[in-house]
Amino acid sequence: MRNTPYTQHIHRGVETLRLIPLFHPQYAIVCNAIVFCWMSMHILLAHSIFGQNISKANQEKLSFNRDIRPLLADRCFACHGPDANKRAAELRLDVPLDSTMQERKIIVAAQPEASELVNRIESHAPEFTMPPPDSGKELSPVERELLKEWIRQGATYEDHWSWAPLNRPIQPAVEDHATGPFSTNPIDAFLTAQSLAPSVLNRSPAEPYTLLRRLCFDLTGLPPAAADLDWLSQQIEISRVTPNSFAGDSIDWNSLIDRKLASPAFGERMAIWWLDLVRYADTVGYHGDQEHHAAPYRDWVIRAFNDNLPFNTFSEFQLAGDLIPDAGELGKIASAYNRLLQTSHEGGVQPKEYLAKYSADRVRNFSQVWLGLTVGCAECHDHKFDPITQREFYQLAAFFADLDETQTFKGGDTSPTKRFPEMDVTSPLDGSTKMRVMVSSSIEPRVIRVLPRGNWLDESGDIVQPQVPEILSNSEARLSRTTRLDLARWLFEENQALTARVTVNRVWALFFGRGLSTSLEDYGSQGTPPSHPELLDWLASEWIASGWDIKQLVRMIVQSDAYRRSTPFAQIDHSFGSRDQAVPFEAYLYQTPRRLPAESLRDSMLQHAGLIDFRRGGPPVRPYQPDGYYSHLNFPPRSYTASLGGDQYRRGVYTHWQRQFLHPMLKNFDAPSREECTARRNLSNTPTQMLVLLNDPSLVEAARAFAWSTWIRFDPNTEQLPRRIAEQLWLLALSRPASDAELEVLLALYQKQIAIFREHPEERNTFLKTGQWQIPHFDTLSEERRNEVAAWGFVARSLFMLNESITLY
Amino acid sequence: MQPLVENLRYAELLRRRAFLGHSALGFGASALGTLLSQNALGWTANDDSRNKLPHHPPRVKRVIFLYMSGGPSHLETFDYKPELARLNDQPMPESFTAGQPIAQLQGQKLKCLGPQFKFSRCGKSGQEIADILPYTQKVADDICIIRSMQTDQINHDPAHTLMNTGTSISGRPSMGSWINYGLGSECENLPGFIVLTSLGGRNPQPISQRQWGSGFLPGEYQGVEFYSKGDAVHYIQNPAGTNRDQQLSLIESVNHLNRLSPLAADDPQTSARIAQLEMAFKMQSSVPELMDISDETPETLAGYGCQGADGSFGYNCLLARRLAERGVRFIQLYHRDWDHHGDLVHYMNICCGLCDRPSAFLIDDLRQRGLLEDTLIIWGGEFGRTPMFQGKGKTAGRDHHIKGFSMWLAGGPIRGGMSYGETDELGYNAVKDPVHVRDLHATILHLLGIDHERFTVPYQGLDLRLTGVEPARVLHNVLTT
Repeated sequence: MRNTPYTQHIHRGVETLRLIPLFHPQYAIVCNAIVFCWMSMHILLAHSIFGQNISKANQEKLSFNRDIRPLLADRCFACHGPDANKRAAELRLDVPLDSTMQERKIIVAAQPEASELVNRIESHAPEFTMPPPDSGKELSPVERELLKEWIRQGATYEDHWSWAPLNRPIQPAVEDHATGPFSTNPIDAFLTAQSLAPSVLNRSPAEPYTLLRRLCFDLTGLPPAAADLDWLSQQIEISRVTPNSFAGDSIDWNSLIDRKLASPAFGERMAIWWLDLVRYADTVGYHGDQEHHAAPYRDWVIRAFNDNLPFNTFSEFQLAGDLIPDAGELGKIASAYNRLLQTSHEGGVQPKEYLAKYSADRVRNFSQVWLGLTVGCAECHDHKFDPITQREFYQLAAFFADLDETQTFKGGDTSPTKRFPEMDVTSPLDGSTKMRVMVSSSIEPRVIRVLPRGNWLDESGDIVQPQVPEILSNSEARLSRTTRLDLARWLFEENQALTARVTVNRVWALFFGRGLSTSLEDYGSQGTPPSHPELLDWLASEWIASGWDIKQLVRMIVQSDAYRRSTPFAQIDHSFGSRDQAVPFEAYLYQTPRRLPAESLRDSMLQHAGLIDFRRGGPPVRPYQPDGYYSHLNFPPRSYTASLGGDQYRRGVYTHWQRQFLHPMLKNFDAPSREECTARRNLSNTPTQMLVLLNDPSLVEAARAFAWSTWIRFDPNTEQLPRRIAEQLWLLALSRPASDAELEVLLALYQKQIAIFREHPEERNTFLKTGQWQIPHFDTLSEERRNEVAAWGFVARSLFMLNESITLY
Repeated sequence: MQPLVENLRYAELLRRRAFLGHSALGFGASALGTLLSQNALGWTANDDSRNKLPHHPPRVKRVIFLYMSGGPSHLETFDYKPELARLNDQPMPESFTAGQPIAQLQGQKLKCLGPQFKFSRCGKSGQEIADILPYTQKVADDICIIRSMQTDQINHDPAHTLMNTGTSISGRPSMGSWINYGLGSECENLPGFIVLTSLGGRNPQPISQRQWGSGFLPGEYQGVEFYSKGDAVHYIQNPAGTNRDQQLSLIESVNHLNRLSPLAADDPQTSARIAQLEMAFKMQSSVPELMDISDETPETLAGYGCQGADGSFGYNCLLARRLAERGVRFIQLYHRDWDHHGDLVHYMNICCGLCDRPSAFLIDDLRQRGLLEDTLIIWGGEFGRTPMFQGKGKTAGRDHHIKGFSMWLAGGPIRGGMSYGETDELGYNAVKDPVHVRDLHATILHLLGIDHERFTVPYQGLDLRLTGVEPARVLHNVLTT
């Protein structure tokens, strides 16, 4: 087997499963039961697959969107799809056949044997068979069977699911539920109704401590604070539920949810998601990667989430805040959205070329953020898979042609750049310092032409006016030129379901690790149809009805029974590269383990350390960074000075976002460069991540502060002092009580380290002084007390590195 | 019995689990994987084209890309143009430049600038190479010069991005990431894709991390920067005041606790994390061992022209050889000083003085150690330079140029001593056998046993590949049969 990191993982995974005794008895029983069920199912499936029954098709009704379109899109649309220039034999299969093709009997409804399509896919003749061998595409026997069955059932087409009209589905009535207490949350009703074998696959509810941790991180990006842990232990006390039981349903989770939704940390958590989508950064991205002025926009986003600005207003402000008369200063700040793109200040850029690049960048980002479509593909040619023409790409670009870019090419190699129009606003930190921000300003629109093959040198293309793609259009043609504000409002018009579906699905993914449609970046025909289309449509309808209320949407999701399920030990990689069809099998494993985002990793360690500085907003901050990391930057050369005082310990969302050289801790843990839209972050697992966890001075500093602040609270004469300290460190770091076996390991580590530190007092002092924060009254501490703190510092380091610490289960 | 559609979906899922190793079921899924063999069911592997790698027997195992960032002038190195010398200081014929993209010379009068250095015919093959590259002249019979390179991007940043990722749009994987994703690493204690940057010369070109990023591929496959001064790798040193024994006991405790966790113990990500922690610990010794060149002979150091660990391009070439010996798959060395809008002669003397000797010696050194036969070496930058004069500096310079420029290849089955392709009489357009960047990519992949058309990753609804959507061709003519 090839020696890729993946295969290494599998080998190790197998080894672990075989050799490591399952520690937690109750857990082990559940796990074994599941393994058993899985295995029985394998056998059952193997039987059904190897049996001769495939052609004796079951009469279940196929869905074009769920079962057929993804197949046709992947294997056929490249030549028989929306792109008129590449269409072969004038046949298109993405829409019902026209009369010519009907006459040619390409598809004869209910008669697969009479259909040319079937002849072709079943042929073995290289010049006749479809897909052609040189396309590199093939159909498997079962896929051929599916196509035939679809024709047999009448070859019905459907509007593509993501832009089909939205009809609010009726909430199914659910009578019974096999495992655990069942809530009346509509989400659960939909999930259960569509469940095939809930008794096998539904997970037990998560333990209370696990759920507390999940809710805190999911709603605020922060671990449970000591107060949250106290609250839970009281709740458990009150409801007389033992912490290790799988029950705990009488705990008042809703009060916790309300508290966390009201916390200003909620906005910071949601902002990370949004800033990835709109590619917010503090530098220009191309060539010299100079700084630009954007931070007030970031603060506005955080505030908007905290104020629960309805999503439609939130969007209108960003796309066209400068055009909304009563939006005022906040509207102008929000309109910085249009200025966040990558720009170049390299000597010798040709303005026309870069205006074309910027224009395309805006269309790509707008369509990915709000439409979930890869309209960017249509820059050079009609879209291959979705009905979006090249002309429509440029019509979308025309919406942004009024943005004032007259100053764009005047800046030189200075950092920060001056990128007028800009304006001054007041820093939220002290209410007096001025901060600058780039804003949108509308001038006479530039002429936008269709650029043949995307070539900016070619001026032969038609001039186009702003217009939304026809497939998505539901408005009457207008007489006057439409504006960015019209575009923003069009997103939220009645019967415009795409925006709601796209966003609801992405919000869902924030809390489950995967979307109902797993392709968070593509809702076109190559994207993944939702595993639960009715649920997605119901959520979208409900969200629209609520007035695009984001907090309400989040509340609805985290109050569901599905959200509270325990994670399977089987983590499934959805981070990239999978183009699943609807996969109910996985969908029932509602919660999957999720590694924490980079910012949360950092924030949680700072919170444990007691160092975290919760001030909000203001200029970007600079955590410690290895020397020379910016040595590859130039025009001008860049130096890096770590922030002092509280700014060193601000939340990760405020970190200076250097597109070309993102802070190495954030980068290592998959925070994106934000050059382009990121709808889901990769979840990698690399040795350089472990080097960060081992040796990054920020983490070492946090570990020793965490150790000291916990240690100092104990009376030195406390009975079984080391054990008490270890218990406390564990409880705070992992948000659950430690087992005896776990405590043994911590205590052994402590003993080993203290013995070494006793031998090396100078090195110990060096270790204890890593970072800016210093232990109060260090000079008055006895040698042995210093040894203790240092050894606990090592214990704290170990806690920060555990997979359970950096993963949400 | 499940309904048909559900069966199909389950089976498809299980197939994916079995073949992609996404399964956490361990033995259960493996056993099933054997049961559901591809032949039995005829599953197509549309999702993971790695399943079929290599597509053909590979001819090299690794790549060393000597990346001359800034755009070295082809007219002063590998592409001799006597006609340009004749027209020196004359207006550049408009027939060449009308309607063409142009960078810093926008709005200026265009005049010819003749070659600034003499050329000689070298080696048995008689390849023409400028006298400013005396050491490269000596390996003329080992290198294949491509004189007809073309790119689409006329500014540094997008041109780098195109050269490394196949497109100028940010966010795609770099070729080193593609290759490591496809083939995996042959090295147990170093990353499979390592980037080194050298200094020396003039105000250097910036170079973005994007150039070795993994784009939409997992971070496992991104290039890791090694530094020839200071810590070789970020965070490679133990925290101040702590030693290796302490670090080891810490790691042992962490892995013990990982295996005890009732939530995480059975998570395959935990096993992976344990392995990566062990790898990180190994790197803490393998990296210093790599960087410690005390076992190199004085002859070797002299060959590379470096004074020990001096951060020079020569030193980095030596490190490249050491990385190649250790099985690192893709090694990329940036020299950032080749952007010569003015004072061309002065800066070419400096840059060639820094890069000529070590580039040539790398070929000899690899050959001596039996590594040349399975290593591909690539030398060149993101574009070339205009035949036209640019007056930015005390003496003449040249602007960015994308329609024709030179690179060279060596090692593996590359046919040494040959030139491929030609530019016109003024060195403006590649007129014979033009080689686009994507053709170079297709050829690199081909040498590694990969058919560039079949090596795809689904992303944003497309089956993306390094060579993009335009047709690309493998340069079979530059390879021995």
